Amino acid sequence: MASLPEGFFPRILFILQNYGQSFLSGIGNTMLIALVSTFVGCIIGFGVGIVDTIPTDRKENAAKYYLIGLVKVILRAYVEIFRGTPMMIQAAFIYYGVPYIFGINLGMMQAALLIVSINTGAYMAETVRGGILSIDPGQTEGAMAIGMTHFQTMINVILPQALRNIMPQIGNNLIINIKDTCVLTIIGVTELTYATRSVAGAYYTFFESFSIAMVLYFILTFVCSRILRFIEKKMDGPENYTLVVDESMGMANYKYGQHPHEPNPDFREYKRGEELDGVVRKGGR
Amino acid sequence: MAEHGISENIIEVAHLSKTFGSNQVLRDVDFSVKEGDVVCIIGASGSGKSTLLRCINLLEKPSGGKILFHGTEIEGHGFDPCKYRAKVGMCFQSFNLFNNMTVLENCMTGPVKVLKKSKEEAKSLAMKYLEKVGMAPYVNAKPRQLSGGQKQRVAIARALAMQPEVLLFDEPTSALDPQMVGEVLAVMRQLASEGLTMIVVTHEMAFARDVSTHVVYMADGVICEEGTPEEIFEHPKEERTKEFLERFTQR
Repeated sequence: MASLPEGFFPRILFILQNYGQSFLSGIGNTMLIALVSTFVGCIIGFGVGIVDTIPTDRKENAAKYYLIGLVKVILRAYVEIFRGTPMMIQAAFIYYGVPYIFGINLGMMQAALLIVSINTGAYMAETVRGGILSIDPGQTEGAMAIGMTHFQTMINVILPQALRNIMPQIGNNLIINIKDTCVLTIIGVTELTYATRSVAGAYYTFFESFSIAMVLYFILTFVCSRILRFIEKKMDGPENYTLVVDESMGMANYKYGQHPHEPNPDFREYKRGEELDGVVRKGGR
Repeated sequence: MAEHGISENIIEVAHLSKTFGSNQVLRDVDFSVKEGDVVCIIGASGSGKSTLLRCINLLEKPSGGKILFHGTEIEGHGFDPCKYRAKVGMCFQSFNLFNNMTVLENCMTGPVKVLKKSKEEAKSLAMKYLEKVGMAPYVNAKPRQLSGGQKQRVAIARALAMQPEVLLFDEPTSALDPQMVGEVLAVMRQLASEGLTMIVVTHEMAFARDVSTHVVYMADGVICEEGTPEEIFEHPKEERTKEFLERFTQR
């Protein structure tokens, strides 16, 4: 074993040179778990959120009413249990409990992904529900008025808008997941914190190793939050729009020099002042 | 309009009632709409006009009575409310354009998703009606970038792109300033003159008088008086109709 130099910065350099690979693979595992689980958690959250907002009417379809009611109760229990218990305990419970109860041996990584996903899903379910509730009911009415079903309305109109509104919260969840994967050390997943502890233990360089870990965590979360901001901007689309004024798309309708703000000049001009002051004029028909 | 036979009525409302809790909003409302009719429903705020319209489109569930579409009860078993709404368009006071879509997408989504038309077909349909309402240059704009009058014209184009048999208007100009009111009403006049069947809830008396074939005056959840525009505006029989119209002429 190489001998440990004196001083804070030489030691940091020493650790990075000798154990950089450990940190990198720790980062890899942390990011893999955080990204995959946030993504899967969002899908779970959207699923639960959609089911939660299905309108049901007992008189119209009793079977559907009770079936959806039952599913809603199960989903409610899921949300409350996974929001209401620590993820560290859930990790131990599932990792050690699943082989015991179901006889399935979960790999460490599979268990980690499973736990963080369903945990994120429970939080996201509430976020998505809030996002759906925040959309003006007029949007739903507009969609219903052109004959869309509940499902079509959700997919085409409500969820895209809800998704935009909850993007900051998805970012929050991603950042929380990057940091909270550290509780998975309890089942031995070699994410960043686990890696840091092994490195620190080799030469008893706790202060230096955890300093490195702290900086690395911050870089990860900061980069992610910037990327998410950028995605949000992209989702908003351009500030301005261009008027399409070529012949094929509408300008044909406007007389030369007329501003396209005005309706087709062939329409009869209608003035508000001429209300009820004379005999009834025949309408256009 | 008792003289029309049932079979030629597109929409027939019979003994319709609607209660919200203990509050009775509609009581025993009867009326019918024939093809090519332009029916204007007038009346004070809170008289049940909008609720009647929303019941016709099943956005509100009627508490009693029947609504028939081509003689079929729309609340009957096996009647698909989504297919029905695809044939009965609606324009709202608050426009309700889809905020996540451009003007063109707003008008295309119905034909594509509901009527299962091809994208090209839907686009040419959307462009046809956007041109009709004078909004074709704005295809790339998002609703938040438009004025109220422009939004309402796009909303009309969106409803027309579904090629509905009847178009319902729920106070389409009430949220607009006078100039925008003019541009929207011009579009609606054009549609009426082309023979589109329309039911219009409105406070625009001049529009009701000039454009409609039939005027319904509602008060306190009942149809107080109905008839041709001449009958209602020139020779109202009911005292309440007279009072209501006088208040408007004084303005």
